[in-house]
This record gives sequence, C-alpha cells and structure tokens, in this order.
Amino acid sequence: MFDRVFEKDVKITGIGQSEVGRPSLKSPLRLTVDACLEAISDAGLTCDDIDGVACWPGDHNNNGDSFSPIGSHAAKTALGLNVNWYGGGYEGPGPLGGVIAGAMAIASGLCRNVLVFRTISEASARQTSRTSNSLHSKTPGRDGSYMWRWYTPYNVFSAVSMVAMYAQRHFHEFGTTSEQLGQIPIVCRANAALNPKAIYRDPITIEDYLASRFISTPLRMYDCDVHCDASTALILSRADVARDLPHPPIRIEAIGAALNSPFSWDQIPLTRMVTAEVGSMMWARTDLKPSDVDTVQLYDGFSILTLMWLEGLGFCPHGEGGRFIEGGSRISLSGELPLNTNGGQLSGGRTHGLGYVHEACTQLWGRGGARQLKKANVAAVGAGGGPLGGSLLLVRE
Amino acid sequence: MNRKLPMLTQDNRSFWSGGAEGRLNIHRCATCGSWFHPSAPVCPRCRSLDVGAHPVSGRGRVVSFTINHQRWVPELECPYVVAIVELEEQAGLRFLTNIVGTPPEEVSIGMEVRVVFEQHEDVWIPMFERAA
Ligand SMILES: [Zn+2]
Repeated sequence: MFDRVFEKDVKITGIGQSEVGRPSLKSPLRLTVDACLEAISDAGLTCDDIDGVACWPGDHNNNGDSFSPIGSHAAKTALGLNVNWYGGGYEGPGPLGGVIAGAMAIASGLCRNVLVFRTISEASARQTSRTSNSLHSKTPGRDGSYMWRWYTPYNVFSAVSMVAMYAQRHFHEFGTTSEQLGQIPIVCRANAALNPKAIYRDPITIEDYLASRFISTPLRMYDCDVHCDASTALILSRADVARDLPHPPIRIEAIGAALNSPFSWDQIPLTRMVTAEVGSMMWARTDLKPSDVDTVQLYDGFSILTLMWLEGLGFCPHGEGGRFIEGGSRISLSGELPLNTNGGQLSGGRTHGLGYVHEACTQLWGRGGARQLKKANVAAVGAGGGPLGGSLLLVRE
Repeated sequence: MNRKLPMLTQDNRSFWSGGAEGRLNIHRCATCGSWFHPSAPVCPRCRSLDVGAHPVSGRGRVVSFTINHQRWVPELECPYVVAIVELEEQAGLRFLTNIVGTPPEEVSIGMEVRVVFEQHEDVWIPMFERAA
C-alpha cells in the first residue's frame, strides 16, 4: 500500500509546555514563547538551530481568535528564528496537523529541526464573553463557511450538537451506556490528581457523573473538556541530528492522516467518524500492532470521541468500546492500556491536540513522576473529532 | 428568535429557498441517478456535471438526535432538538436539521418525520416534524 514511509526518519527530541491556566494572566504570545523556549532547550538546541516552524490551525481568523491566537508568523518573529520553511492553517488532518506537516518538512529535506506548537486562550476569552468560542462567532453576519453554514441555522453553537448525535447513535446501535461512557471522565480525573498542572484534580465518581447536568443528551457536563489558556511545543529533528542530542530520540513510527469521507460532520460514519480510515493508514505504515502499544493518548474534547478513537485505531472492535472500558480498570494507570495519563483535556485542560503528544513523550521518557507508567516504550496518539482526524505511533529508541 | 442564516450561493440557493414553494430541493445526478448533499455543481459519485436540484417528498426518518439543554445565548429557548434525518428517496441521503412541533422527550431514532419550513428573510430553513 505504501512504498515509502518517511516519518521513521523524523524524531521528537524535546518538549515544552507553558503554565496551563484557567485563566492565565500571561498573554497568548508569552505562553507560546514559554512553551517554545522550553522545548528548544529540552532538545539541547538553541534558537539558531531551529530552521522550521509548524502549527495547527495557526493564526485562525487573523483576528486573535481565542481558538488559536498565535500562528507561525508571530512565533517565528517573536523568537527571531531564521527558517527555511514554516506553515500553519486549519485545513489538515486535525490537531496533529502541525506535527505531520513538520515531519514532512524534515523528510523532504527543507529543515533539520522544526518547532511545532499549539496555543489556545479560550479560558481568558470566556471571562469576557460566554459565546466567544461559538460556531456563530466564527463569521460575522451570514455564515459563509463551506461546512458550518449547513449547521448554524439549526442553532448549532458547538460541536457538542453533532458529537452528542454520534453518542446517541452509538448507544442505539451497540447498547453503549452512560455508565460505560462515564468511565472516561472518571479515569481522566483520577489521572489528573497526579498531574500538578491539571485544571481539575478532585476525584469524581459514577454517581457524580450521572448526576451532572445534560449539555446535549446523552452528553453531560463531565463529558465535555475544560477550557484553558496554554501553549504546548515540541521539536522534530532529522535522524542524524537527533543522534547527537541529549534524550533518546522518539521515532515517529507511523502517521495516520487519511480522509476518505466527505469533510462534513453529518455525512461521515456517525459511530466511527474518520477514526477507522486514519487508523487503517497508520497501521499500514508499520509492522507494529495495537497489542504492542503501552499507552494511548486519545482526543477527549468529548468523552465519546475517545471511545471512537479506541475502536477506530483497532484497540477493540467497532461497537465494543463501551464494554472495553466498562468499570474503567483496563484504561486506568495500572491497566493494560492506560489512557490519557495526564488527565486528558477533560480534566487536564483543553490544550487541543498537542497536549496528547506532550504527555506521550513525557511517559516514553520516564518523566511522568507520580503518574509514570512502569512500561512505556510505544504510545499511540489520536486527535480530532468529526471529519478532523490524525494519529501518530511513537516509539522511544 | 433570530437564527444564524447561511450565505446563499449559486450552489446552495435551491436548498435554502425551495420552501418558498413548499418544496425541499435536493441535488440529483442525471447520469448515475444518485441524490447527494450538500449541493454542488458536480456529482461526487460519478463526477458528472449533469446535476441539478429536484423536489423530494420531504418524508424521512430520524437517524440520530440530541436534546440540547445548554442556553448558548440568553434568548435561546431550551430544550430543543438537533437531529440528522435520512430522506426516504435514498439510503444515506441525510442532513442535520431540527425536529419541531414535537415534545423533545418523544423524539426517537427511527421516528418518521416530514419537512416543514421556517422562513427568515430570503431563507426557508427545512426542519422536520413527526409525520402524522
Ligand atoms: Zn452521478
């Protein structure tokens, strides 16, 4: 199927993250600088070594949009970087799009060390306007967005409307229950208790979960992630460069970025989204199997998305996700497939995508502190919802 | 309340304005005969350019739905139902909509529905109510 797998020659060599605030008093650009300088230093590099910058979705609306206030232009200029290539932009395989683009820049010979980052300031934005992040706010006046204009006339203010329908359909077709789904926020909260940077760290029980108010049935408040202000960064390096750097390189073993479905929230497979096509591509680019994976960091903007990523990436059959996570022990820190070990976005904060890669690397390098897994050599990351989806298989060398 | 309205274009106007004549217009390919949505000037199945909007029966079934409880803006009346309805003309021919005129707690997957329109300016928003 694939006769060239470029990503194996691309390594993650350093990671960084700003404070995770709800809200943070620092500006989005300052958060970005904190994350980027930490990542560059962690990799044993200086700013002079960075010759590429990648991000997703970048300077989203050229308007300081809190969903993505900082793009490659701002980061490159603030840090005084001399780059051979840079890029951002919303159109790509979801929140991991920056990593995938940066890896391609290295594999194609444009760059040796690419800085990848993701900044978000939704917690600050909501201090002044509760609807600052709504889909209605993305365009003034009539909705001219290729995709959103099919939904916003129906009082769809948030992706939760679509995602709740995926959950309802999953419950209907496969008998998935709220008690099963609730294990995802419960396990994330338990993990967050061991992450000093997590937003919410007090444990929750299934009773707390079932008693929490509905946002959009069958999804409750605890099924939705928590806004934060934060920036996350990592460094991608060419294999020969990575050999001389301080940490054991983390190899990008395989990438999943396929989109075979329409780019749409209502025309895609409702109980899978694009996770299965992304997963098929990723596993076709490696000899490893799901059973080789020690930990999964899977998108939990809404809990049902995590369940669909578990199925789509092949950790259990389609439709079996509810039974797979039943009781929560299998996906807990001491289980056979620890999930979202830093609390995910549900409790750790909506760092939006790159946080999962940061946590995967944290575990693979043995830096997890109180939440460190005993065995962590291979990690799978999947991120996105609806038609947005991408995945990474990471191996510590 | 006011709704966010779509920007009308040459490619989508038939869908949003059909309600003026009481019609739900959906694009259909004259070459392979398949219906498709969202509307576009080309058939996504066979790439024929011989496509156009045609009225459908307006009858279908609820594929999935959600009862929204979150008051996203102060003037929003909650709860309300967001749904995906599949039209009877073709398996998989579906779009996101609202179910109206039916108590939210009575909406279910598989429920038979028929189209109704809510006019705002030059837009007739296709929604569905329970079929009698
Ligand atoms: Zn055709």
